[in-house]
Parts: sequence; C-alpha cells; structure tokens
Amino acid sequence: MNSYPKKLLTIVTEAALESTLIREIDRSGAHGYTVTDARGKGDHGVRDAGWPASANIRVEVVCDAETARSLAALLHDRYYQDYAMILFIADVEVLRPEKF
Amino acid sequence: MDPVILFFVLGITAGLLRSELRLPAAVYEFVTIVLLLAIGLKGGIELAKQPLGQLLPQMVAVVALGFVLALLAFPILRKLGRLQRADAASIAAHYGSVSVGTYAVAVAYLGSRQVSFEEHMPLLLVLMEVPAIIVGIILARGVSRSTRWGSVVHEVFLGKGIVLLLGGLFIGWAAGPVGVEPLEPLFMDLFKGILALFLLEMGLITAAQLTGLRRYGVFLVGFGIAMPLFSSVLGIATAWMLGLSLGGTVILATLAASASYIAVPAAMRISVPEANPTLSLAAALGVTFPFNVLIGIPIYHAMAAWALG
Repeated sequence: MNSYPKKLLTIVTEAALESTLIREIDRSGAHGYTVTDARGKGDHGVRDAGWPASANIRVEVVCDAETARSLAALLHDRYYQDYAMILFIADVEVLRPEKF
Repeated sequence: MDPVILFFVLGITAGLLRSELRLPAAVYEFVTIVLLLAIGLKGGIELAKQPLGQLLPQMVAVVALGFVLALLAFPILRKLGRLQRADAASIAAHYGSVSVGTYAVAVAYLGSRQVSFEEHMPLLLVLMEVPAIIVGIILARGVSRSTRWGSVVHEVFLGKGIVLLLGGLFIGWAAGPVGVEPLEPLFMDLFKGILALFLLEMGLITAAQLTGLRRYGVFLVGFGIAMPLFSSVLGIATAWMLGLSLGGTVILATLAASASYIAVPAAMRISVPEANPTLSLAAALGVTFPFNVLIGIPIYHAMAAWALG
C-alpha cells in the first residue's frame, strides 16, 4: 500500500480557547481536526481539568507542510503571549492524501 | 452550621491535605446545570404570577448596581493594589458580577431559617451577571475597534450560566406552578443534596486556588474580604430603596457581595487575554467565595435586619 508524507500539527492549550482556535484552523485551509480533553503540567502550573477554568484541550491537525507552518506561525503570533499554549509539528504518513 | 456548608469545609480540608478526592468533571458540570436550571425554574414560576412591568424598577436598579460595583472596584485595584490595567479591569468585572453558587447558599441559608424572600430574585441574578463584564472589557481596552464585540456578546449571552438561567426562567414562566410540578423531585426536592455535592467540589477548587493566593499575597486577601463587605452595604441600600423584604434584602446584599467564577472568567479569558486569570480566581474563589459562604451571609443577614429595623 502506498503512503504519502504529511505533517501532524499538535496544539495543547486552554479549553477556553477551543472555539477561537477552531475558527483559525478552518480559515487556514486544513481539512479537519481532532480535539481531545487533556490535562497536564507546564509553565502555567498543573492544569487538572477539575473544572472548566483549569481544563486543557489537545488539537491535532493533519495537513500539508505549508499549512502546518503558516498555522503554527499565526498561532505563535496571536496566542503564545497570553495563553497557555504549546505546539509541535511531526512527520506522519497517510494513506489517502486527498483527505488532508 | 447548615450541613451543606460542612460539605464545603470537607472539600477545602480534603483539598488542602492533598486527598485523592475529586469529582469527575462531568459530574461537576451536571451538578452545576441542575443548580442553574433549578434556580431559573423557581424564578420563572414566580414570574408567571406577576406582570413583568412591576419589576422594571428592580431590574433597572440591579443592572445599575452591577455597573457601579465594577466601576468602584477598578480604581481600588489599580491605585491601592498597583495592579496592571488588564488585571484590575478583570478582577473588577468578577466583583461587579455575581456568583450563582453563593446565591444558592444564601437561598439554603434563608430556607433553613424560614425567612421568605421575593421569589423572582433569579431574574435579578441573571441581570446582574452581565453589566460588569462590559465594564471590565471597556476598562481594560477602552472602546477600541479591535475589540470583537460580536464574539464578546456571544461569549456573554450564550455562556452556560446565562443560557440555563434564562432557559429555566422561561420554562418556569411558560409552564407555571402546575406544569413544573412533575419536575419538582429532581429540581426542588434534591436541591440541597445537589448543592452539597456542588459545594464539596467548590471546596476542592477553592483549596487549589489558595496556592495561587500565597504567591500574590496580602492585598488580594484584604480586597477579597473588604470588597464584598462594602458591596453588601450598597446591596442593602439598593434593596431598601426598592422596598424589598428582609429575605430579599439579604439575597440582594449577597448578590452584590459575591464574585463571579463561571461567566466572567470565561468571558475575560477570551476578551481580555492579557489579564492573569490566576489573580482573579485566587481572589474570587480563594477568598471571597469561602468568606461569603462561611461568614458573609450571616453578616449580611444581621446588617439587613438592623437596616430594616
């Protein structure tokens, strides 16, 4: 079976940002995303998801390299300063490139 | 002491001792939803009995009170607390708005003492949620074009709290006392049990805020106690002008004294992201909520009784 290289952009941030973030992803040209509830620890302390203000989400986007880079740059400029947010980009392989 | 308060104390104690105890997030959500709907329904039933026009002076007065409280808190936070503009504005918004949890405790407090109050109070509760949020955003950034008012309005009016309270009010109003009767086992009879679970989780959350408080110190603790006392006096004065009963006066004083921790934090996070949420939550939840629940409400009761002579 043939596989095709794509990028996986993973964003971990505050649950409060979910709807805003999804608007940005939709506008970026990515074809889809996956959101999961998350908890953990970072610069902003322990985020234990005990109640909405301390809840995190993990958003995953599979897309082409250019979209991943431009989306990452945009999120960095707009949200890094004021929100608890990290993101990273990984190489992945997919079977149906037209979906992403 | 009312046993529901003991659940709050249990939550704080367990949290401070770093117990493994935590309510699943879905349970906390559910409990909050039931409380909000129950409060809305009760108010709605009452609204069905009287024309809304009669309540207009009260509605206008509490909206004004919400604006005034936030506007008074801001200079105190800015000058005395030397807080950044955004932080001061955000905390002011929290204190101008109201806490449904504190309201529920006041209702339980009056209920166990058989003090009656105007049952349409949930309507005033909804109205008092909003003005301070608008003041907070304007104080933080002026009336600038960069504020996306569309998303602010969406965040404020379509937040969970307002939707459920207004929804409950509407359903209660439309169905009337008889229509709501079949729903009473869940929303009315279980109210205290649900409130106890809610307060248990609030105790755990409060304990978590106390660590944040240690970092920001004395001013926030002082503000978190002095501001509700001051606000409650304004609440009592407003209730006196409106001619409310003793119970109604206690409720309005409690509403004025309470600080939001559901609607306002969510709105501020989106609209004033540069404000540090740890500060406002440490004050609102770490200090003011436990103060009001444990000591404040009996104080407001005594003050109201004295004022109404």
